[in-house]
Amino acid sequence: MIGVLDYGSGNAGAIATIYAAEGIEHRRVRNVEDLAETKALVVPGVGAFDDVMGKLESAGLISPLREYVEAERKPVLGICLGMQILFDRSEEGSKSGFGWIPGRVERIRAEHGDSIRVPHMGWNAVTPVRRSKLLEGLPEKLEFYFLHSYHAVCDSPDAVIAVTHYGNDLACAVQLENVFGVQFHPEKGHQPGERLLTNFARLECSDPG
Amino acid sequence: MLRPRLIPVLLLHEGELVKTTRFGDPKYVGDPVNAVRIFNEKQVDELVLLDIDATMIAGSPDFDLIAEVAEECRMPLCYGGGIRDVGTACSIVGLGVEKVAMSAAAIQDPSLVTRVAERVGRQSVVVVLDVKKDRASGRQEVWTHNGTAQTGWEVTDLASRLVEAGAGEVVINSIDRDGTRDGYDVELVRSVCEALDVPVTAVGGAGSLEDVRGLVEACGLVGAAAGSLFVFKGPRRAVLINYPNPEKKRGVLVIQPRE
Repeated sequence: MIGVLDYGSGNAGAIATIYAAEGIEHRRVRNVEDLAETKALVVPGVGAFDDVMGKLESAGLISPLREYVEAERKPVLGICLGMQILFDRSEEGSKSGFGWIPGRVERIRAEHGDSIRVPHMGWNAVTPVRRSKLLEGLPEKLEFYFLHSYHAVCDSPDAVIAVTHYGNDLACAVQLENVFGVQFHPEKGHQPGERLLTNFARLECSDPG
Repeated sequence: MLRPRLIPVLLLHEGELVKTTRFGDPKYVGDPVNAVRIFNEKQVDELVLLDIDATMIAGSPDFDLIAEVAEECRMPLCYGGGIRDVGTACSIVGLGVEKVAMSAAAIQDPSLVTRVAERVGRQSVVVVLDVKKDRASGRQEVWTHNGTAQTGWEVTDLASRLVEAGAGEVVINSIDRDGTRDGYDVELVRSVCEALDVPVTAVGGAGSLEDVRGLVEACGLVGAAAGSLFVFKGPRRAVLINYPNPEKKRGVLVIQPRE
């Protein structure tokens, strides 16, 4: 059973709709009890870093999520802000992230101090740079919808599985063992998005690839 | 690289989709949920849904209808109409809407933009400015309430003000061009693009994909939104929900750089 975290941020409904259409067993996760029933978890997130971490704190989910990811080693997929909270910290806020992927989140800036429109809003090309089961079977000409003002910078390039170009090359999909993140919105990404979410649901716990 | 967005704008009037001309004369187009289903199949970039009643009648948004549309909508969705307080904005985002658009309420009180952005993030806050050119001065001025109330603000001044307040995107709606299919007011849009460093979207006047291309050539990275173009077909304005396929869309939006 795939869990879709439903804690007041991000579009859990759109993710659930896709799993329902694909016939994938899933449930909304609102508390620790719901979490225990799942074998993998999708974490949507929209808004601001501190706000999202704050909502997880209020829902009493910080420790259970640590247990889930660090001890039980279950796969987790963070989307948008959900990806940013996988890291240590963000320029945007003062709270810490989970730190599962070493790195920090910074404001989008152009190269050489050129101006660039922020937020990064719209469809941009996504280029896989490393093999990952998350990105299997996606079309060669791949684009996804982005809607964000901050982006994650991994300490190690090995964690980056796909990039997009906006001002600079930005890591837009990351993976470290059982922890996955995408900066774009697969739940609003037509067929490639559905395929990506399905790939995640079909991961075997023991072999996240 | 990020490419321009091609965005259908759907107008809601008494729970149904309509299309206006110069903000008047609404013509029935169809059922909103059905239109969304058709747009899903066409892999549309993004959809804007505006409730034209909610502004005029000072009513609240039709949450049930918004929820239905959001549930059906497989692409990013922006809703506007009757959002006058933070609670309403948050509720709408909670229904599965990516962005909320405000117009008169934001113009009257820019702190509303700030307060909404604090809750949902500025990437989800859109301000829509309806613009009419003053015949005497040539000034592009912002109007509200479906083009009936003058604000006196010049468009780039007001847009800058609202971006400073927290708006993540500005939509420029040309009242003069609305429904005419005479083409975008490219000069107007370009002046706003040059003045701001947030995404800008144009609506009003698109009659063909050539108009969209012209807008992109003049303005670069811009949102090209349209109402009539995607809901009518032919000189007699027969209702037909339409949108170019991905190949054709790329051909219009992606301008190959000159060496």
